[in-house]
Amino acid sequence: MWRYMGRKLGFYGLTFVIAVTINWMIPRFMPGDPVRSMLNRASISDPEALERMTTYYNEVFGLDTPLHQQYFAFWAGLFRGDLGVSVWLYPEPVTDIILRHVPYTLGLLIPAIVLSWIVGNHFGAFAARGKVLDNTLLPVGYVLTATPYMWMALLLLWALGVMGGFFPTAGGYGFALTPSWSWPFFLNLVTHWFLPFLSMFIVGLGGWAIGMRNMIIYELEADYSNYLQALGAPRRLIRRYAFRNAMLPQITGLAVQLGTIIAGALLTEIVFTYPGLGTLILRSLNNNDLFLLQGIFLFVVIGVLIANFIIDIIYVLVDPRTRVQMTGGSS
Amino acid sequence: MKSLRLPAALAALVMVASACSGEGGEGGSGGYPRDETLYTVGTSWGPPVNWNPIMRGQYAVGTMGLAYEPLFHYDAEEGDYVPWLAESDEWPAEDTHVITLRDGMTWSDGEPIVAQDVVTTLEIGQLDVSYSNIWNFIEDVEATDDLEVTVTFSDTRPQEWMNWAYSHGIVPDHIWGEKSQEEITDDTNSDPVGSGPYLYETHADDRMVWKRNDDWWGTEALGLEMKPTYIVDIVVESNEASMNLVRSGDVDISNNFLPGIDQVIDGEEITSYYDGPPFMQSANTAWLVLNHEHEALGDVEFRRALAHAINMDQIVEGPYSNLVEAASPTGLLPQWDDFIDHDLVEAQGYSYNPDEAVAILEEAGYMDENGDGYVETPDGEPISLTLEVPSGWTDWMESASVIADNAQDVGINIEATYPDFNLLVDNRNDGDFDMVVNNERQLSNTPWTYYDYLFQLPLRDQQTTVNFGRYENEEAWDLVQELATVPADDTEGAAEITSRIQEIQLAELPAIPLWYNGLWSQQNNSVWTNWPSESGYHGYAAMWDGWFEIGAIHTLAEIELAE
Repeated sequence: MWRYMGRKLGFYGLTFVIAVTINWMIPRFMPGDPVRSMLNRASISDPEALERMTTYYNEVFGLDTPLHQQYFAFWAGLFRGDLGVSVWLYPEPVTDIILRHVPYTLGLLIPAIVLSWIVGNHFGAFAARGKVLDNTLLPVGYVLTATPYMWMALLLLWALGVMGGFFPTAGGYGFALTPSWSWPFFLNLVTHWFLPFLSMFIVGLGGWAIGMRNMIIYELEADYSNYLQALGAPRRLIRRYAFRNAMLPQITGLAVQLGTIIAGALLTEIVFTYPGLGTLILRSLNNNDLFLLQGIFLFVVIGVLIANFIIDIIYVLVDPRTRVQMTGGSS
Repeated sequence: MKSLRLPAALAALVMVASACSGEGGEGGSGGYPRDETLYTVGTSWGPPVNWNPIMRGQYAVGTMGLAYEPLFHYDAEEGDYVPWLAESDEWPAEDTHVITLRDGMTWSDGEPIVAQDVVTTLEIGQLDVSYSNIWNFIEDVEATDDLEVTVTFSDTRPQEWMNWAYSHGIVPDHIWGEKSQEEITDDTNSDPVGSGPYLYETHADDRMVWKRNDDWWGTEALGLEMKPTYIVDIVVESNEASMNLVRSGDVDISNNFLPGIDQVIDGEEITSYYDGPPFMQSANTAWLVLNHEHEALGDVEFRRALAHAINMDQIVEGPYSNLVEAASPTGLLPQWDDFIDHDLVEAQGYSYNPDEAVAILEEAGYMDENGDGYVETPDGEPISLTLEVPSGWTDWMESASVIADNAQDVGINIEATYPDFNLLVDNRNDGDFDMVVNNERQLSNTPWTYYDYLFQLPLRDQQTTVNFGRYENEEAWDLVQELATVPADDTEGAAEITSRIQEIQLAELPAIPLWYNGLWSQQNNSVWTNWPSESGYHGYAAMWDGWFEIGAIHTLAEIELAE
């Protein structure tokens, strides 16, 4: 067990180092000079002032030292939780900006993914049971998964937000409010959260339901099911085993989904002007803020690794075969 | 039935959520009552993080105009300077400007506003900041009295000086006086102490909130009473989001270009300045900037042919659906009509005429020898040009493609490309481009700003704000400098010089004026009404940087609550 965990941890550690290195390299070897685009915005016409300010900012961002020093400084900063200073929102620290946006993204995506996973799996398993339900649910599920997400989100926004007026169309909370620990503020937060959540939930639901339904049918036709049936086992028991087996790929799927959490939020947040990390990615790209972009990607990398690690542990608990591997029982 | 429990719970959640919003999640329980708050959108493209009035291009909307104010305003409709922090001014000698401040004004922290504040603000220009260039012509600035500032010039350029005086905010000496270069560059000034009608209230990543300063000097001195208690400026990602906010009445005024807004403006609930085309006032000129270092583009005949080839009506009617107007061949804005030499334009101006374009090309030796449908240079070199506009600026992208098509019709091979904005700016500043569309300068107190933009010399390795096309004409630049020295109120004297500049401009076509970008402004009248309009009062409803100082501040006093 510990050897298995140790090996996994080593693997994750190595992945992390490589990811951070690539993450560090990309902005530095990409065309475009962040300091220059920052100064371009300041409209400085005097050439000498421009030159002096360029030197100054290069020093601030640590771009005047040799590359290898920049690399080690990056690692050193990383362990202090310091990801540098944003160019676009100068002089705010990258870490502060990211931490401000993270709660929105997590608050939106974790419920959307987990709930759509739970509900989708139950619906799928349920559908596999009956012909009528299968015939109605399957097409709906296919339509939902095949719908381009953007279109679905815009449709919801238009119908429930602009036309219906049930929900606000933009922002994380009402523009008339200042954040506070109060019921009105919390309810307002929920109304702004709901449409983006719903759009992700609906689209996710279809995929999980179809996946589960197909898996269950496959498992019900597997040899062990037929064998159990031949033995005269109750149908409920067979279904329970089928459900358990069908769950495994779904758990992997969940891990992948949770890992790519940030990317999944991009479109949602842009459509609903939701102030999370997705919006931040777009903005830092548009503003050539490589330091901020780097910070966000690092955050994503850490998120993916942690999610996968947790799933690894869960696998040990739910899949007996992994346990067997750990003790060296399988070939 | 176990599996249905969750969906049922979710359905309940939907009902609860929509019930809350039905009760009025917006406003009802909010901190800013709807009828005391002006909601705006469309000017900020990022979270507000900086309130430092010295750092142009980085500060939050309203930092300049709402919190900090200049010595003068400029009334673009009347062509007059309006004393603002200044009470009066005079020119006792040609190279001396004496400005007297109003008595009894205070900063928002209660300190009096005095002459030393103006001196400090000007002296900050001796450090590396965006207005360092004023020290090219200022010799000395001195507080000659508590409220009297005397500026002496080494090179008297009233037009250029007054441009600074109305567009730059004065900062308090007791806060900014001791700051070093680093402190000025890096200070976010998160608790701005200003002189203006609004005070910093709060901010978040997607909003900037200003609260009215009830002790503002202007209420008494100017008789201006700002109507909204709060101004909430909202940051959104997309035009669609802006459009939704305006249509739903969550926002009172939007200042971005909204494609299709002409279909939405009904003259009742949603209004703009004009009820019909072009709907918007003109704000600045979009120029086709040509790189004069390119062999063909450096040839005036080639430029002339290109100017004749562009069908502006197609752009105005197509990509803009009549929301803009075609520019005059001089490029000068309608507000500057006094400075346009109409006889000259009549005689020398150009208009869309593809046959003429072909004829000019032929005469100058640009022929299609190799039969690929495009002309080559007189030496037989093929010409292939790119026209760059920033990716995502959809109106410009479509217009660029129209221009490319027009040019191809007369045999000039132009391809429209859409690079990333920052990359385009880098290339443009380095002179590493063929053609770009640019509107760097907007309406101001003097056409000098436009001519400075077109003709400024000497050329540098990087052209960061002016003369991106690297056009060299000493004669024209001398005239522009002469224009700068014309006394600020001498319209006729200035017009005489602008006429001579236009003679060169129309003959040489250093850049080709395309259309007047609109002062994108659409209002929802459900909460606030009496916006500037053709039939109402002639102001500007804009939160853009620089517009408060040319009259937009009055709009905040003119608007009224709807019945």
